This record gives sequence, structure tokens and C-alpha cells, in this order.
Amino acid sequence: MRLLWLVLLAAVVGATPAVAVQPDEVLPDQRLEARARDLSRELRCMVCQNQSIDDSDAPLARDIRILVRERLTAGDSDQQVLDFMTARYGDFILLKPRFGSQTAILWLTPAVIVVIGVLGLLLLVRRQRKEEAAAALSPEEQARLDVNS
Amino acid sequence: MIAELGHYALILALGLALIQSCIPILGARTQDPALMSVAGPSALAQFGFVAVAFAALTTCYVISDFTVANVFENSHSAMPLLYKITSVWGNHEGSMLLWVLILSLFGALVARFGSNLPMTLRANVLAVQSWIATAFYLFILITSNPFLRLPQAPAEGRDLNPILQDIGLAIHPPFLYLGYVGFSITFSFAIAALLEGRIDAAWARWVRPWTLAAWVFLTLGIAMGSYWAYYELGWGGWWFWDPVENASFMPWLAGTALLHSAVVMEKRNALKVWTILLAILAFSLSLMGTFLVRSGVLTSVHAFANDPTRGVFILVILATFIGGALALYAWRAPMLKQGGLFAPISREGALIFNNLFLTTACATIFIGTLYPLALETLTGTKISVGAPFFNMTFVPLFIPLLVVVPFGPMLAWKRGDLLGVAQRLLGALAVAVIAIAVTFTIAGQGSLFAAFAIGLAFYVMVGALTDLAERTNLFREPATSSFTRARGLPRSVWGTALAHFGLGVALLGVVCETKWGEERIAAMKPGQTVSISGYDITFDGIVRLDGPNYQELRGKFTVRSGGVVFEIMEPSKRSFPSRETSTTEAALMTRKLSQVYISLGDPSSDGSIAVRIYHKPLVLLIWLGAVVMALGGALSFSDRRLRVGAPKPASAKTALQPAE
Repeated sequence: MRLLWLVLLAAVVGATPAVAVQPDEVLPDQRLEARARDLSRELRCMVCQNQSIDDSDAPLARDIRILVRERLTAGDSDQQVLDFMTARYGDFILLKPRFGSQTAILWLTPAVIVVIGVLGLLLLVRRQRKEEAAAALSPEEQARLDVNS
Repeated sequence: MIAELGHYALILALGLALIQSCIPILGARTQDPALMSVAGPSALAQFGFVAVAFAALTTCYVISDFTVANVFENSHSAMPLLYKITSVWGNHEGSMLLWVLILSLFGALVARFGSNLPMTLRANVLAVQSWIATAFYLFILITSNPFLRLPQAPAEGRDLNPILQDIGLAIHPPFLYLGYVGFSITFSFAIAALLEGRIDAAWARWVRPWTLAAWVFLTLGIAMGSYWAYYELGWGGWWFWDPVENASFMPWLAGTALLHSAVVMEKRNALKVWTILLAILAFSLSLMGTFLVRSGVLTSVHAFANDPTRGVFILVILATFIGGALALYAWRAPMLKQGGLFAPISREGALIFNNLFLTTACATIFIGTLYPLALETLTGTKISVGAPFFNMTFVPLFIPLLVVVPFGPMLAWKRGDLLGVAQRLLGALAVAVIAIAVTFTIAGQGSLFAAFAIGLAFYVMVGALTDLAERTNLFREPATSSFTRARGLPRSVWGTALAHFGLGVALLGVVCETKWGEERIAAMKPGQTVSISGYDITFDGIVRLDGPNYQELRGKFTVRSGGVVFEIMEPSKRSFPSRETSTTEAALMTRKLSQVYISLGDPSSDGSIAVRIYHKPLVLLIWLGAVVMALGGALSFSDRRLRVGAPKPASAKTALQPAE
């Protein structure tokens, strides 16, 4: 019972409250550091609840943050860092899943809903227009309707 | 004794709920006024009993009765009285009790102020409300009873989780629940309408105040939770796209859509079938918000294994209500007559546009939140869906919505004049262009998107004001005449304008904070200074203090600007021995609408301490915008046309109210 509540709480809170990136991790090169921060927001702390390593206080997150900075210092591009992390930890580490057969539904749903919605509305409009035509519109009104749609 | 009293009262409430679940519906079927009139007194009495149960639990907390397991697990005798009271709902069992308290309160309100409803509708609504109540009473009594005693009384409690010992989180759940549960009324109205197979514009008029009230509370609840996360979690974020946040945001989106479609239904007698569906969805999402969070399934599939009875019970409740409601909808909705023809370019068209994008946004969050869970269950593949996904999908869906917002209220019903409205919005557009130009000039390269977002915010804000100006003939007539017109405008018009204005305000805050917020992370020793956004912040040192139930490490920082001392900021870190956890208490310095934010990290052996300092430009606008939106909702709620509980002559009580 108590455990459940703690699990819930961890979810409410997202994490234990403490600072994430530590001063000793920060790279001297500001451009690299900024890139490291951006990358960190895309990587999940795998022992936390849906939290990026940038926000997390877990030791694992710290290890990965340092690893990201090491790769960047070694000259990796952003994509190379992400690829390296995925190769090492699997897709689970990416907070923005890659498009693929398993995530197609996830990525396409918003577009599909909008398209279906628009099509449905167009059908509705057409049906309405027929009914309205039956109610005898003046040619002028009809013209305006056509212009508007 | 007190705990047993509460337990007993809850059982009595269950008994009443069972009666109220069947008798009034039977009465409505057989047109028997005596049976139907059972609903009213029963709803009031139910509220009475749940209030007794809630008061009993609260008393146990106040007197620190650790023989009650729930009190033992979540309270501590040294805690301040305020937190003793708020711990009542700072745990699973107690929060469920709060849930049913609000549920029965709303039922009682319908019973008390619903005298202008047709008798059968009122009976059906209260019966459906009671179905929900029954399910929850059973859930509490069987799986989550807060009144259970411990065989041996411990001397001291385990304390409330320190992170919850905060005024922000103390009032966040009640507001959220008022929102969630408020949608239960709309849901009950929808089910009642489906049962009766009849629905008209009057239905929308009765439902709208409840939807508005729920929406206002939910808006405030979400904003409060966001502000709490901002200052309590110590890294200055205010929205994380966390499953729990999403769970509260989805009902909000559905509720916002419902609010708008109900307008169409009320004014134009159209979109009935859709409005009913939204009413069902808004509450279904609220149920999910309550339960999926409670079950822990969102964070881990394995959470169910911790307590299978509870998990299964939750699934059964969800399946029954959501599945049942949707099945009933599929069966009965085709019988409802559609009405009200309109052209695509019209107020109705704009509101449908609003609904399309709000529901798509809601569906996107829904699938993003549940997809990892579904995928893992079906294929075993573990993926993560986090903030980057939501930002990438949600933002493009919201931009078209914001563009259309000012058009909506200005388009005419049935058939609008797009060009005419666009002309009247030229002023708003001009302001937007100026805002973009100014932002781009000042901020320079790399700020194009942010500049456009700021332009959009100004366009939304000025657009909302334009609607008011148009309606009052401002600048076209003498000021006095405009003033008279302004006074004559319905409050719902002011409410709409205010809520839309608030949306722009919030957007402005979001953009400025995200784009121009600054951050310094440093290991600071006493005497060191860090500069951020024109402020010089000197670390003066650290002291150890004792609180009522914690020890505190408090840092002292002096903020100077141009050599002048601005403020002393004192962020702290508290550790609670009873739970062996600690919290960060960030220090905030508010200058106009911007804030400087300092939070402490861990001290290190060389005498320095990790410090995070942020400058958050215009950050307060984010929550201020939400508050303005809620105010708009409240203003609309107070519109005479919608006011619930307007006193009626005694004779009207028994008469069936004709649909207006």
C-alpha cells in the first residue's frame, strides 16, 4: 500500500527534488555545453519516471550526462551521440522515439485525426449544401457560399 | 470511535447511493413523481453522510490518532496543523474520500438548485450521478478504506512525504478534483439525455454552467500544480509532459472543446451528438486521470502487481463507465435529431475548427501517454515518449488554433464574413507585426520563431480586445455611449474576451521564459559572485536551522544591480529525519513579472555548495494567463442566462419547465 503511494508520488513529483546538472560536469566550452544540454533533454534517465537526464538527480543520469559530454568533446555530432546512446542503451533512452514500424501509429495519429476530421467536415458541408439547395437559395447566396468554401 | 463513525457513515452513503441509483430511474420510466422525488433528498443526505465520514477522518488527523493506519502512515504529531489537515488527501485513501465528498457535493447541488430542470431529467441525472458514487464508495470500502485500525497503536506517525508539505500542493488536489468531478455532472446529463433519447438547446443551457465551473477549477488546479512544480522541484521547470500532468491536461482539453461545442448547441441547436460525445469523453478522461495515476500503471506496468485487487477494481470501473457510456452513445445517439444548418465560414465553423484541433491535441497526448505502455504490453518493446515528442506534436496543433481564436467570437452565426472580420482584425495584426519586428530587432538572429510566437500572443490578446471594442462601438461613438453599450454586454461576452486574452498572456510568458531564460550552475564559496541578466548575486554563507519537523540548511545571497542591494534571497534545503528525505525550497525574487530563482544543491568537501541560479523573464505571465482565463470562465459563469440556482417562485418547483 505504502509502496504504491510512493510509486504514485514519484510520478507526481517526477523525481526527488534536487539539482540535476552539477557544477563539476559543466564543460568550459559554452557552445559544447549548450549542445550537451540540448542533447540531455532528449535522453531519458532510465531509472526515473519519464524524466530526462537533464532534470534527473539519479547517479545513472549523471553518468550519462558525463558520457554525452565526453562524446561531444571527442568531436561527435549530435546525431552520433544519439546513435551511440541508442546502440548502448536501446530505444528506451530516446524521449522522442524514432519513426519506425513500431512507432508509426504514434507519430501519424495527430495528422490522421486532422485529415479524417477535415474530410468528415467536408462531407457534412456537402450534405448540408444539398439540404440547403433544397431549401432554394438565391443564385447570389449560392455564389457566395462557393466562394467561401 | 471517530474512525468507526466515519466508516459507518460511508456505508450509509453507499446504501443511499444504491437506492438513488435505481428508484428515480424507475420513476422516470413510469412517470411516477413520488419515485422520482426520492432523488433530491437522497442526494442531499448522501452528501451529509460523506461529509461526516470526511470530517471523521480529518478529526483523526488533527488529533493524531495513530491507531488509524492511514493517519499513522501519513502524519506526524510535530507537523503544523495546516499540513495535518492537508495530509487527509495527501495519500491514496484520503484523496479518494475527498473525491467522493466532491462528487456528493455536486450531486447535492444539482438536487438543491436543479428545481428548474424537467423532473425526469433531474431524476435521471441524479441516478447516473449515484452510479458513479456507488462505484467509488465500493472502491473505497473494499480496497482503499482509510478508516482501518492498527492492532497496536504506534507512538509516532511516519510523517507526510515532505514534498507534499507545502501550501501549493495542499490546495492543488482539491481544485483538480473539483474540476474532474465537475465533469461528472456533465457526464450524468449526457447519459440522462441518451436514456431519455431527447436533447435540445435547453439541455446545453443547463449543462454549460457545470462545465464552466469544472473548467475553471481544473484550469486553476493545473496552474497551481505547475507553479508548485516550478518552485518546489528546484530546477525551474513548469511543465514536464509527465504522464500525471498529461492526465490532468487531457480532461482540460476535452472540457475546453466541450465548453465551445455546448455554445453551438445552445445557440444554434447543432452539434448535439458531438457535444454528448465530448461530455462523455471529458469525464472518461477525468476518471482515467484519477485512476491511472492512482494505479501507478502509467509509471510502471508492474505497479498493478503490487496490489492486484485495486488494479482490477479500477479496470472494472473504467471499463464499465467508459465502455458502457460509449456503447449507450453508439446505440442512442443516432436517434438524436441534428439541427441548425450553417456555412463553413461562420461562428459554428470556427467553433468546429476549435473542437477539431483541441480534440486532436487531446488525442495526441492520449496516445503519447499510453503508447509506451501499450507497446510494451503487446510486443515487449520498451520505448519512451517524453517532452520532445509532445512539444513537437502539440505546438503545431496549437498554432492554427491560436490563429483562429480572435475570429471565432467576431464571426456571425450561420454565415460569417471572413474578409470583414479580417479587416476588423487588422489592428491586432498590425500590433502583432510590430511585436515581431521589435522582438527580432532586439533579440536578433536565431529568434525568428520566438518573435513570431510573440507576435501570435499579441495578436490573440489584441484580437480579444478588438471583439469588445467592436461590440461597444469604441472610438466610433462618444465614450459615454460606448460605456453604456459595454455595460449592456452579456457577461459571457466579457468572459470570452477575458479567457482568450488570458490565453495570449500565458503564451507570451511561455515564449519569453523558454527562449530568454538564463541559467547559471556553479559551485559557490562564501564571498563569490555570479552575474545573471544584469544582477550580481553574491553568496554570503550558509546557516543550519531547526524547523518543527525538519532540519534546514539555509543559504544567504545578496542580489545587487549596479552596486545597489536589491534583495536578500534565502534558498534552503530541508531534510526530514522521519522519512529520510529532503526537499529544496527555492528562493524567488520577483521583479515585475520576471523572477530570479535560486536553488541549493549539495555542499561539497571543499566548502563550496552547488547552486543553480535562473533568470526567468516574464515567467509569472504563464500562471497569470491561466488565472485570467479562469476569471473569464467565472465571469461567464455569472452570466444571468446561465446562473444556476436563480430563485424560482414556489409554484415553479413542481411544474415541468418548458424548454425555452
